[in-house]
Amino acid sequence: MTTDHVPAAPPVSTGGAAPPGDDAKEQRRAARRSRRYQRDTKWSPYGFIAPFFVFFAAFGLFPLLYTGWSALHRVSLHNPNELEWVGFQNFTRLWQDEFFWNALGNTFTIGVISTVPQLLMALGIAHLLNYKLRGSMMFRVAMLTPYATSIAAATLVFAMLYGRDYGLINWALGLVGIDPVSWEAGSWSSQFAVSTIVIWRWTGYNALIYLAAMQAVPHDLYESASLDGASRWQQFIHVTIPSLRPTIIFTVVVSTIGATQLFGEPLLFAGSPAGGSQSQYQTLGLYMYQMGWFNFHLGRAAAIAWTMFLLLIIIGLVYWAIMRWVNRDTAGKEA
Amino acid sequence: MTTTETESTERAAGVAGKSPATESDGRGDGAAGGSSGRRRRGRRAGSAGRQMHGGWLTYTILIIFTIGSLVPLVWQLIAASHSSGRLAQTPPPFWFGDRLFDNLERAWTDANLGLALLNTTFVAGTITVSTVLFATLAGFSFAKLRFRAKNVLMLLVIGTMMVPPQLTVVPLFMGAAKLEWVDQLQVVILPMMVSAFGVFFMRQYLSQALPTELIEAARMDGAHSLRVVWHVVFPVARPAMAVLGMLTFVAAWNEFFWPIIALTQRNPTVQVALTNLGRGYVPDQGVIMAGALLGTLPLLIAFVLFGKQIVGGIMHGAIKG
Repeated sequence: MTTDHVPAAPPVSTGGAAPPGDDAKEQRRAARRSRRYQRDTKWSPYGFIAPFFVFFAAFGLFPLLYTGWSALHRVSLHNPNELEWVGFQNFTRLWQDEFFWNALGNTFTIGVISTVPQLLMALGIAHLLNYKLRGSMMFRVAMLTPYATSIAAATLVFAMLYGRDYGLINWALGLVGIDPVSWEAGSWSSQFAVSTIVIWRWTGYNALIYLAAMQAVPHDLYESASLDGASRWQQFIHVTIPSLRPTIIFTVVVSTIGATQLFGEPLLFAGSPAGGSQSQYQTLGLYMYQMGWFNFHLGRAAAIAWTMFLLLIIIGLVYWAIMRWVNRDTAGKEA
Repeated sequence: MTTTETESTERAAGVAGKSPATESDGRGDGAAGGSSGRRRRGRRAGSAGRQMHGGWLTYTILIIFTIGSLVPLVWQLIAASHSSGRLAQTPPPFWFGDRLFDNLERAWTDANLGLALLNTTFVAGTITVSTVLFATLAGFSFAKLRFRAKNVLMLLVIGTMMVPPQLTVVPLFMGAAKLEWVDQLQVVILPMMVSAFGVFFMRQYLSQALPTELIEAARMDGAHSLRVVWHVVFPVARPAMAVLGMLTFVAAWNEFFWPIIALTQRNPTVQVALTNLGRGYVPDQGVIMAGALLGTLPLLIAFVLFGKQIVGGIMHGAIKG
């Protein structure tokens, strides 16, 4: 266990060769201690990371690869350990599957209408929380409580709030003269409703992350900006946002990953894996679940999972390209 | 993918913005050095900054968002106190009814939420202890020890944060079926025993909070690695371990996708029991809301008690990525 910058000598320096003249017994003991020290130094770092990697290999990496292998087979839920080789048939069937494309489109639209407003609102809230406030901790805790509410509990409550006949939301709309909306049945309305659950749960959390980053912005930047006569709004645009860029990128990436995996909210919105009678809010995650555990095709479910993985990789590459482009742009400006 | 995420995460961790990241560059340990620099600045900005007082508009907007955050929870409590007959009337109830304890009792027994709460406490507790322990060991190793392939392995850890749960459930289900582990709690515990985020989090914390001289001093006294971990690393890491523990417990309590595949109503976790409620297992809206309330209550109580620490933990973790 050597530390990173090691000027200090270990208790016994190297090898087993203690200086001559010492007591032979003492010498052997020193040698033994030295060997033990070296073994300890060499192997303990691996020992400390071993539990993580053992568990990851067993429950992360192996399943990841085996999912790919299963995707090339016909596997039934009734006999999950019998694999029949079919090559890429599961993937080609997905390509022709209108439900797959529907789910892909829904995942995209729900992802956009849940992520974009969520992050914009979080940014605004963080800005407000960054002022000197009475009871600021109370605001923060209150806005974080949705994060403690599980997907299941939150969705059950929202499904009731969005109820067509007796829901609180339709009642409130009725007060201002709007006819009741059949939230669950419509395509846009249901996707909007599902998105609001995501927005409700995550806005406060993201606001806190932005707030943390805002508090790390050096104060002098604001001082010099206000000396230059920048208004509060201009300071927000020209000082806060650029300083937050790494954090914004981080939250965008995390939210995107979350959005591609959206599952619990559409599942519990009406309690069915079909995601509505027309599959109008069925996401890829939900479609995979339906395919595997309701249509009993585990092989095709695995193919959907790998498609989702490829999708994430493509999105990652796109973000990476955008980031490089943006960075080059600003680097040029600064130079 | 891996490289992309790595880059962005480290960016988020390391660089506050255009302002120069203090001592990070020379050491080639960007994330760690940058974050410590940022922390100092953060503290200074915290005291000197936040210069302006919020006006009435600020308060109004914040209060609106606070109400928006709390209304669904309050309404859940109200709905849980009414019969399903009352809930099927307009206008919806705005004040508490008298059925709360009946509904809670039915949720507790009919929806099996009593067992579910017990199971979830055990599952989330086990996951939290093992995640924090293994993350601290690995984080210490990555932050302070020298070994071959360290950087490659760290990249691998960061890359694993991106593996979505959908990519593992099919083989996990096959394994559970083969071992006949369906409905047994170890099936939802084992896959969650470690967390890549946890390793990253502890590495970031320890690389700046744990002085290298402290380890060296312990080594000079002849302490072997486990003693060093016990007497030096754990005491220093304790605040971060507490934060990671809280975050892990919340996440484990709310874990959804794999449990609803691997467990059934016979031996559920809270989320499994709530899912079955949502699928019409007990077709009574009041009971469903009472169930949702029961499943959320432990975490809400924790939030009331430790809200400040949890908020601090999330903000602290955010600075580091």
